[in-house]
Amino acid sequence: MNKPVRRIAIFCGLLVLALMIRDNWIQFVQADELKTNKHNHRVDIARYSQPRGNIIVDGDAVTGSTETGGIDYKYKRTYKNGEMWAPVTGYSSQVFDSNQLEKLEDKVLTGDDDRLFFNRTVDMITGKGKKGGDVITTLNAQAQEAAFKGLGDKKGAVAALDPRTGKILALASTPSYDPSTIAGANDSKAWTSLQNDKNQPMLNRALKQTYPPGSTFKVVTAAAALQNGLYSDPDVKTDSPLPWVLPDTAGVQLSNEGNIPCQNATLRDALKYSCNTVFGKISADLGNQKMMDEAQKFGFNNTIDTPVRAVKSVYPKDNRPQNAMAGIGQASNRATPLQMAMVASAVANNGKLMEPYMVDKLRAPNLNVIEQHKPKEMSQPLSAANAQKLQSMMETVVQNGTGTAAQIDGVKVGGKTGTAQHGVDNSGNPYAWFISYAKTDNGSPVAVAVVIEGSDTTRDDIAGGKLAAPIAKSVMEAVLKTEK
Amino acid sequence: MSATSPLPNATATTTISTVGLPSRRNTELALLVFAVLIPCFAYANVGLAMDGAMPSGMLGYSLGLGLMAGVAHLVVRKFARYADPLLLPLATLLNGLGLVLIWRLDQSPRLIQRAKSAFGSFQPDAPKQLLFTAVGIALFIGVLMLLKDHRILQRYTYISMAVALFLLVVPMFFPAVNGAKIWISIPGLGTIQPGEFAKIVIAVFFSGYLMVKRDALALASRRFMGMYLPRGRDLGPILAVWAMSILILVFETDLGTSLLFFGLFVVMLYVATERTSWIFFGLLMSAVGAVGVATFESHVQKRVNAWLDPFACYKTDPSGACQQIGDAVMSFGSGGTLGSGLGQGNSDLIGFAANADFILSTVGEELGLAGMMALLLLYGLIVERGVRTALAARDPFGKLLAVGLSGAFALQVFVVAGGVMGLIPLTGMTMPFLAAGGSSIIANWALIGILIRISDTARRPAPSPASSPDAEMTQVVRP
Repeated sequence: MNKPVRRIAIFCGLLVLALMIRDNWIQFVQADELKTNKHNHRVDIARYSQPRGNIIVDGDAVTGSTETGGIDYKYKRTYKNGEMWAPVTGYSSQVFDSNQLEKLEDKVLTGDDDRLFFNRTVDMITGKGKKGGDVITTLNAQAQEAAFKGLGDKKGAVAALDPRTGKILALASTPSYDPSTIAGANDSKAWTSLQNDKNQPMLNRALKQTYPPGSTFKVVTAAAALQNGLYSDPDVKTDSPLPWVLPDTAGVQLSNEGNIPCQNATLRDALKYSCNTVFGKISADLGNQKMMDEAQKFGFNNTIDTPVRAVKSVYPKDNRPQNAMAGIGQASNRATPLQMAMVASAVANNGKLMEPYMVDKLRAPNLNVIEQHKPKEMSQPLSAANAQKLQSMMETVVQNGTGTAAQIDGVKVGGKTGTAQHGVDNSGNPYAWFISYAKTDNGSPVAVAVVIEGSDTTRDDIAGGKLAAPIAKSVMEAVLKTEK
Repeated sequence: MSATSPLPNATATTTISTVGLPSRRNTELALLVFAVLIPCFAYANVGLAMDGAMPSGMLGYSLGLGLMAGVAHLVVRKFARYADPLLLPLATLLNGLGLVLIWRLDQSPRLIQRAKSAFGSFQPDAPKQLLFTAVGIALFIGVLMLLKDHRILQRYTYISMAVALFLLVVPMFFPAVNGAKIWISIPGLGTIQPGEFAKIVIAVFFSGYLMVKRDALALASRRFMGMYLPRGRDLGPILAVWAMSILILVFETDLGTSLLFFGLFVVMLYVATERTSWIFFGLLMSAVGAVGVATFESHVQKRVNAWLDPFACYKTDPSGACQQIGDAVMSFGSGGTLGSGLGQGNSDLIGFAANADFILSTVGEELGLAGMMALLLLYGLIVERGVRTALAARDPFGKLLAVGLSGAFALQVFVVAGGVMGLIPLTGMTMPFLAAGGSSIIANWALIGILIRISDTARRPAPSPASSPDAEMTQVVRP
């Protein structure tokens, strides 16, 4: 009976062979996939096995790492002034993943980035542990502080840009949270309470929330009127009847806030008094397509990666009456604070819109720069000449219009207020908006957008000029101070 | 075995010859030195990697393993001079590596914490395993000294059957551990896995039974469509064993043991009768049985689902089956080609049975694909040496027993390693020699002992014929 025994020998050999093939499959073919599987705890263990690199603002780290003495994670992420910087850094938690810069630049921060390969190899040979690289942001600590303090306990957001480059200078959102509280392995209680908080402290309102932009959008409408040649001189009377009836409706009148001189007002006056009728009619005269085209040049209808992704601001495709309403920042028109800062920045930068970004460079542990961001032009929503016309209009708004609260001695400031209605029958507390820029001899160093969600203040008080403009002013001042 | 060989291929192994084959005892001794040194180096490696110092138990451990291997070798030299020289070193090496891996997992702060939070205290398994190894080697020595000829076992065919049945049935009356009833617990002594011993006893029974019945089973059959169909009444025994396996599967919810016994029987039946049709029937019946039981048993179903896609149910499965297999597979993947190095992996993330059922994932993660290949080859070598012993054996009982024991060993390795690597659904069995567990290590040393005994008998030169007085007196005078 040796023949069957030989066959059994072959059979047993095949069993072992099958095991070997399977082993090659999981340890070689699928190895990388399994190594980085989202359930693979080793990823997190490795991430926290050495201090993470830091996120740096103005030369100072706003993050840190501390030893935990735990079994799985040797280090834990810490944040300096976490609430203020949370909209920039995001969080890095041992249990709940991470977000924003902490997630997007994770490979650099942990030292796993391919560009750090050489460093890693040298460290391995010299017996040093792996080190993480640093992320150097474009933010301005003073501007951020002014924004965060200005918002205080109100609900809202601030985005500030350098119009010349697109650098994000401030990015604040309130109410905020301290990412340190959810960084550790035993912070699920804090995590749940943050998740269940109806004020959504973890929502980055500057990038991830859209609001009806209200009257601040009139800047875009004015730009569309100038660019499309509907009106070319800000000081020539427009064809604006009062009262004005929304197109395609049975006599629905678009009303102004109070009794303001809007009949056939010049563009300058219309912006100064914030005439709904004038800009509603401009939007209607230009039509949905032209309005949409202009809005898109300012960045609407697209997500923007800073690299943290800002959600899409929307200028909708809509029928005539709705389009007229969208032209004054109502109806389905939605914008993020960053988007409105981009609008102000494009006007301030003589019509050129620079792509907003917040990571200036990535730095290896040995201080070599491994990536340097170069400012990039995103689009040109209006010509230099038209931009200057619009600047002079916006400056009038601040000099003797609705935005006087933003005046800064010795500096040209242009701005626009907004008070956006929302909710069923406009029942919700309106959103107070203010967008502005400051201009010096070296061009404009700062453009800012502030939005404050309905606070307990009464309706009349909420007009953007009163609530939002002072915050914009202090942010601009902070930037101007560091500019010198 | 090339056809051009001038000698018939069996000359070296089977033909009875009075010319003594080389005993190969010195080869065995040389291999044993390696089999002891490799685990010692591995042990030092773990200590240096984890604490940066040579482990304190290094000397005791090395001496212990060396001493046991040395004694085993001397006993083989004395009582089984012609035994296969590879089996003892292979078993020693695997056992030694197992001890290192268990000791390494004993040092894991994660597992210590887990044990403390689950049972209130942590007890290292390595010292216990060393003790079990000693008992196992003692049993190995006992087998060699007391069992002068494996054919003696033939006398106990039906007693073996009774013992095997008892060993298989008795866990049903004990509570299930982790969903499978394969343990019996004796207060004060710990737990025993009778299935491990049953594996050997049942092989003895099958060998004895099939040796007697093989002609009836092989010859009394009809030819149908190119296959020999057994007579209805000859189907009795295979049906009985099949029913037994199904019962084990249903009542003990243990897929591994069930598969092992049925596979073992089919293999031995095929070898005894040389009828391929038995393989066909065996496969058919195991398929029917497996599908049937999987349809009704939720425990088996869960295992199958976890096998199909462990990551789909990783977080949701309350039984933890998906998590276990998912963790094991990730452990292998994280090891990659060369592994993280002993003591530097995170295979202890599989908290459950990390040093028992899942010990292979520590090998995979810390020694990598390279280490796993070597390990699988070691197991393959043990099996092939066992089958070779079967080829060399001169008596049918010895042949059947050797092929049965090595077949069972191969099936067990396949079922366990395949389960842990996600090749087949996971079953609750342990890797022979490697995994922590007294029953397994003791039973497998006995198994190696029996194989060594059979191989010794097979390779031993026949005693020279007694000188016949007639031959001396009859003088042939040639002209």
